[in-house]
Amino acid sequence: MNLPDSRKNEEALAKLLEESHKIRGVSLWKDAWRRLRRNRPAMASLIFLIGLGLVAFLTPMLPLQSPLDKDLNNRRFLSPSFEPITMGSREGLKFADGKLTSQLALFEAEIAAETAEALAINDPLKQAEQFESIQDRIRVEHPFNQLWNQLGSVSFKMVQIRVAIFGDYAIPSIFGTDKLGRDLLARVFWGARVSLVVGLVATLVSLMIGVSYGAIAGYFGGWIDAAMMRIVDMLYSIPFIFVVIYLVTFLGEESVKAWLESYGIDQIMIFYIIIGAIYWLTMSRVVRGQVLSLRQEQFVESARTIGASPMRIVFRHLVPNVLGIVIVYLTLTIPAVMLFEAFLSFLGLGVAPPDVSWGLLLNDGVEALSSVKLFWWVVIFPGAALAMTLFALNFLGDGLRDALDPKMKNR
Amino acid sequence: MKDLLGFLIRRLGWMAITLWAVYTVSFVLMRAAPGSPFSAERAMPPAIEQQMRARYNLDAPPLQQYWDYMWGILSRGDLSWSIKLEDYSVNQVIAEGFPVSASLAIFALVFAIILGVSAGVISAVYRGTVADVAMMATAVLGIAIPNFVLASIAILLFVFLIPLFPAAGWGTLRQVALPAICLGLPVAAYIARLTRAGMLESLSREHVRTAFAKGLPKRTVIIKHVLPGALLPVVSYLGPATAGVLTGSLVLEKIFALPGMGSHFIYAATQRDTTLATGMVLTYTVLLFVMNTIVDLAYAVIDPRVELE
Amino acid sequence: MNAAQTTHTSTEGSGSTTAEPPLLRVNDLKVHFPFRRGSLFNPEQGLIRAVDGVSFDIAKGETLGLVGESGCGKSTTARAIINLVHPTSGDVQVDGKSIAGLSDKEMLPYRRRVQMVFQDPFASLNPRMTVGGIIGEPLTVHKLASGKDRQLEVLRLMELVGLNPRFLNRYPHEFSGGQRQRIGIARALAVQPDLILCDEPVSALDVSIQAQIINLMMDLQQRLGVAYLFIAHDLAVVRHIATRVGVMYLGRIAELGTAEELYADPKHPYTEALLSAVPVPDPTIAANRRRIVLQGEVPSPDKHYPGCSFADRCPIVVDRCRTDRPGLPDRSHAAACWERDDPPEV
Repeated sequence: MNLPDSRKNEEALAKLLEESHKIRGVSLWKDAWRRLRRNRPAMASLIFLIGLGLVAFLTPMLPLQSPLDKDLNNRRFLSPSFEPITMGSREGLKFADGKLTSQLALFEAEIAAETAEALAINDPLKQAEQFESIQDRIRVEHPFNQLWNQLGSVSFKMVQIRVAIFGDYAIPSIFGTDKLGRDLLARVFWGARVSLVVGLVATLVSLMIGVSYGAIAGYFGGWIDAAMMRIVDMLYSIPFIFVVIYLVTFLGEESVKAWLESYGIDQIMIFYIIIGAIYWLTMSRVVRGQVLSLRQEQFVESARTIGASPMRIVFRHLVPNVLGIVIVYLTLTIPAVMLFEAFLSFLGLGVAPPDVSWGLLLNDGVEALSSVKLFWWVVIFPGAALAMTLFALNFLGDGLRDALDPKMKNR
Repeated sequence: MKDLLGFLIRRLGWMAITLWAVYTVSFVLMRAAPGSPFSAERAMPPAIEQQMRARYNLDAPPLQQYWDYMWGILSRGDLSWSIKLEDYSVNQVIAEGFPVSASLAIFALVFAIILGVSAGVISAVYRGTVADVAMMATAVLGIAIPNFVLASIAILLFVFLIPLFPAAGWGTLRQVALPAICLGLPVAAYIARLTRAGMLESLSREHVRTAFAKGLPKRTVIIKHVLPGALLPVVSYLGPATAGVLTGSLVLEKIFALPGMGSHFIYAATQRDTTLATGMVLTYTVLLFVMNTIVDLAYAVIDPRVELE
Repeated sequence: MNAAQTTHTSTEGSGSTTAEPPLLRVNDLKVHFPFRRGSLFNPEQGLIRAVDGVSFDIAKGETLGLVGESGCGKSTTARAIINLVHPTSGDVQVDGKSIAGLSDKEMLPYRRRVQMVFQDPFASLNPRMTVGGIIGEPLTVHKLASGKDRQLEVLRLMELVGLNPRFLNRYPHEFSGGQRQRIGIARALAVQPDLILCDEPVSALDVSIQAQIINLMMDLQQRLGVAYLFIAHDLAVVRHIATRVGVMYLGRIAELGTAEELYADPKHPYTEALLSAVPVPDPTIAANRRRIVLQGEVPSPDKHYPGCSFADRCPIVVDRCRTDRPGLPDRSHAAACWERDDPPEV
């Protein structure tokens, strides 16, 4: 390669590069971010959603009551109140001193004793047996497992931290209780976890399928595109909601469930896949449309003129310009998915107890409304939570769409 | 004309292929799932088993059953027998529910279109005023609140608090009104947003500015020049809107205890009545296909630039 | 149509050049697009003859200007030459080697010899890449330089086209139209091509900037010896930069000659009309010259003309023009007109 005419030496070059870095331009992403920041509702929504995500993640650590602890005798349909509550005080639990901390201490002592006994056994087989029965005992009788359902290891540790910090204190039932005496505040928080995860994961599934499918169809065009889009059109005309319900019908059959579980697929995962499999259609259409129009753009033509390979064109030129619209549709798909989950749960085909989701809560709430007395809190609080989240996602999506508007590109 | 016929024939062809695909997948699932009519372990009530044996020869090899069932559908429109509802064929159940669901859906759609378009037009014409903001805020509400919550609140307000409508049942106009409104509201909200956006875009067009400059009265301009262009996206939305209404009807029929197809479908799903579920899925598919075709035709008629594929 | 009957014009007039093939030879190039249109109830099928038999040569270091109205097929010609669009028939040769219809992969080595500068300075640069990245991309694709060397080369190119090298890390939307066109030129120069196809490179710029860019291009031609195919719809612009000029009408070449010959003594009636429409600053001259205003319908590339495509609007049309199609005679200054020159029949 030729040396520069003006014979710049190393130092001058370095200085030049440094300067160019300092006056580095504002990329379109930064530009869009700036525009988004000026949009107040969108930013408020973003903050709300981030906050919601954090709170949902930290829920096991928060001083909430148990979401599944039923009290059919004393606490059915209590209206919202500030009456103080102690963890583990329900008679039916039979916790020592009616307190969680006490029972926990007692249980841990017992387990420690049994473990010590087990260690003393000589016969390895018997020892293994003994250890197993200890594990079983923990699984069933550990106070945490009586108050919460299927805690993963991380959640388990979080609950331990919570007890260490807050002891037996729990926020009173400011959202009231439901028909089985369960605290609604706790259920809303724990339900958030499930609903949000379903929304995110299913959307991601639809994203992966949709973007690849659409990009391939859009880039190659011709008969490949025609064939792929025909398939999409066909699938579009099937009322997918019904197919999903239909599939859930089959997959809910006891024997089928067992068969699937033997493969390690549980119902929730099927859920994700099925929902994701519905929503990829729109994403693929959107991506394909965008790729098709981008293909005609002159900068893609110039990339071909330079001699760039198709891979290079797709990844360095097309994808970055498609990401914008993908992000917008992401934020608009998540609420659709969450609504759909609520819908399914309402019909009794979604998340099953003892798991909680906002949809399930709404189902309970609607049932509560049908009775004679007005138990408004059972439907209002979960409904408000869902509505606020959906609002936020919609506002954020609208704001993103404005911020990433390609018309602004050539200011 | 030739092209139109060609288009319709192609569409029919696609519908046939789609239906066949749905049918095949259903059949495979039915065979695989134990306890359903075509599988090896049959735990059906004897009455049903008798009828199915007579029709579809359940001892025959799988392929034979596949053909028989399909032939039954194609030649006689016979969708087999419901497993859980003894003495009822799937056809009977569908025939019973269809008029109810259909009228509910139509009422809801008409309501949605009227409300949505009007709201959208007013919003666009009086852009930026209180009316506009209020309407659009309500529209967002319609989209963010699930329609069964809406329905429950509506029942609370209009049945218990202010007894305007009866809570359940079917037959009079009064009884249709509340479910149709609840079903149509989210759709109306979306249509309002679409109409408003379309109107705003249409209002900024050159030919509209010319019309105003000519001195034509405002109402005439809006109705004759602005509205047609603005309505195109609404027309193309009608396809998904129908799907949405059909979906929503599932829930609302449950809440309002309406004897339509939707509640039967839910029943079939929760009770694992596979033949009934299959029959209904096929029916819904046909409905949706027909609606989409009508929408495409309407679109091609309204916008002369559009080609029918 | 075999080689003997082709109607290409070599750079004759200055002696035979059959010994060594020219840098670029375009031979009876045709690009046709089939289409279907019409309403639901009245469909029709047709053919758009965007390029309908175009032939010319370009020698090393020279500039061929290609002029014509919008829609006459000039851009499509350029695209067909480098296979962005595949020619329907005809041949394109670079240094005697045929490249018409090659796939993108096969075209790769030729991309180093022939490059292109596009019309729209806004749309021809990827908005999400830095300027340095855009200019350096050809170097990466053809593995000509990497790392520090590449950066050096990019800086050199930026200086060459008159851009401040400090702006290496800025984005296209932060530059003006003229500067973006310079970026496009720098990118085209990165592979050190022998020929650059310029598709209306200054049409989208302000008049004062146009002059700057044209001067830059002429300067580069002098320094680097690069040849240009310069496409424009403005005769005045082309006059400055071109050695030879071709006038296109409806997918065919109406007249071809050196710049002096064409401007001083136009043969084809279409060229005359075009020239007479060029504004002249001196009011006296402007008042006294003859304005030729074309009558008749604006041409449509989907209509088929059995004779000369200009017949409907030609002020000197005779009967033969409507039935026999004139080709381009094989001499230095040639016009496809029965009345004004001696064309072969095509």
